[in-house]
Amino acid sequence: MNARLSLVSRSVGPVTTSRKSMLVSELRSPAQKHARGEALWAWALAGPALILLIVLFLLPVVGVFVMALTDWEFGASSLSFVGLANFREVIFDEVFRASLINTVVYVLIVVPGTVLAGLVIALLIESSDSCRAFYRAIHFLPFMATLTAMAISWEALLHPTVGLVNQTFAALGIPTANWLRDETTALPVLAVIGIWQNLGYAMVLFLAGLKSIPLDLYDAAEVDGADLWIDRLRTVTIPMLGPVLMFIVIVVALKAFETFDTIQILTQGGPGHATEMLLYTLYRESFEYLRMGYGAAVAVVFLVMVVTLTLIQARIMDKRVHYQ
Amino acid sequence: MSATRLFALPAILRHSVLLLTSALILVPFAWMVSLSIKPPGEIFRASFSFFPAQFHGAENYTKAITSVPLLHYIGNGLLVCALILALQILVCAPIAYALAKLNFRGRDLLFALVLIGLLLPHQVLSLPLFILCYQLGILNTYAALVFPYIVSPFGVFLFRQFFKSIPDDVVHAARLDGLSELSIVWKIMVPMSLPAILAFSIFSVVGHWNDLFWPLIAVRDGSLMPPPIGIMAFKNAEAGNDYGPLMAASTLVVAPLLIAFLAAQKWFVEGMTTGAVK
Repeated sequence: MNARLSLVSRSVGPVTTSRKSMLVSELRSPAQKHARGEALWAWALAGPALILLIVLFLLPVVGVFVMALTDWEFGASSLSFVGLANFREVIFDEVFRASLINTVVYVLIVVPGTVLAGLVIALLIESSDSCRAFYRAIHFLPFMATLTAMAISWEALLHPTVGLVNQTFAALGIPTANWLRDETTALPVLAVIGIWQNLGYAMVLFLAGLKSIPLDLYDAAEVDGADLWIDRLRTVTIPMLGPVLMFIVIVVALKAFETFDTIQILTQGGPGHATEMLLYTLYRESFEYLRMGYGAAVAVVFLVMVVTLTLIQARIMDKRVHYQ
Repeated sequence: MSATRLFALPAILRHSVLLLTSALILVPFAWMVSLSIKPPGEIFRASFSFFPAQFHGAENYTKAITSVPLLHYIGNGLLVCALILALQILVCAPIAYALAKLNFRGRDLLFALVLIGLLLPHQVLSLPLFILCYQLGILNTYAALVFPYIVSPFGVFLFRQFFKSIPDDVVHAARLDGLSELSIVWKIMVPMSLPAILAFSIFSVVGHWNDLFWPLIAVRDGSLMPPPIGIMAFKNAEAGNDYGPLMAASTLVVAPLLIAFLAAQKWFVEGMTTGAVK
């Protein structure tokens, strides 16, 4: 606005206006008009998305914190600030503590299992050209398949009497169990399903990482006496995969944190609270028991954990960009 | 494309290990298909055989699509995924263009808002979104399944990256040809970014086709259910007594994505792994 006024005043200004400043104003005027037009277009184009980002992301995340810090109930017209009361209730709740511990245990099984399996399979696939696409496709299938439906198939596999798992174990003389109804086995079994589902994803990310290692490095390592594959793995592959490895660890950890479908279909948090995990607790408390304050407090805990991991991941991505 | 020089395994060793892991990966799929063609008597008789002594597939699949409205669930899934994807592209491409190619005050702040959206796990927002949908009176409608997803921070982020890689000269030339900024988005940027659009489409459709969490919250009515909760409802109604039709239903829900995946493997892998930044 100011710029425009000054331009107007200059053009109607005293005749002493030099030829040079006339030129400048002539040059600047369309440029500034253009800049303003560009800004108008930008906000017009961004407008719908901006409004939706505020309504669907920004306000809801503020809303979660408000709900966690007040005594608001669904349908209530007033609310009052209760400080950390909801968090206190959550932290002293046995179910929540079980849920938190189970989530951590689950993540600690799924992440190393998935990453190790993904890495070994990626190395095997990459060590030769034959049937590469075939193996990649097969191992990637579970990551695409609707987990709700696959969970039902897993339930049939794990059926205590007619399931394939127990039939096979019995035939091999390995002890069998009622896998999903036994407190000691239910969580590890869910973790195995988690590994089954995600290892193809880790594998594909490793394949991309392996491709980016310059082949001359292997030649150089060989010249330097790394004759055994294990030496080349130690001196070239693993160090060069370092940032990718960290990245994959976090991506898989995020996937593991968000586990919900298998619990909902297979165990509903049981037996006891053996497979209670954060997202399931959040869902049940909020939407089945309608304990909104409690649910919101769980959501905040979940949010803090996931955001922390994501920020670490973003830092690693930044570093990777610098390396390239 | 040459292999890494890490090791030259004897081919037979490599193939035997990979075939073994492939077989393990495929067991749940094979078991699902196998039970879907077995009669109840054979399902509850311990046996290792994949093929039934008596083929019962026709009965199971017929029961799967008649005893529950499975085809209706699949139709719901297609409708919801298509609506979400169309709206996401419609909303995300223009803002991505503004962020990539236009200069304006507040651009960094706007992009920061997109990054915050990218950072948030969507499930955390489910409580306020549930209340929002309630206030809007759209709970238990298709709108509730679609509305929370019509802006995708990941879509904005991905499109912005791709649009940035298109030379500015293309934009200048289009302006000289008299195209408005909006036409530049739809006639130049989007057609030039088909790989990104395709990757995003796969990411979006796979994610929403498979999603159980939000539909469970947003709809109660059986006629609105997308496939995952349809399957869940079927399972609860059957109470685990009759695996045959249940497995037939599962197979029908899993099959479309897997067939599409096998047909366009490269695109799917790309689409799903671009999502790793999310």
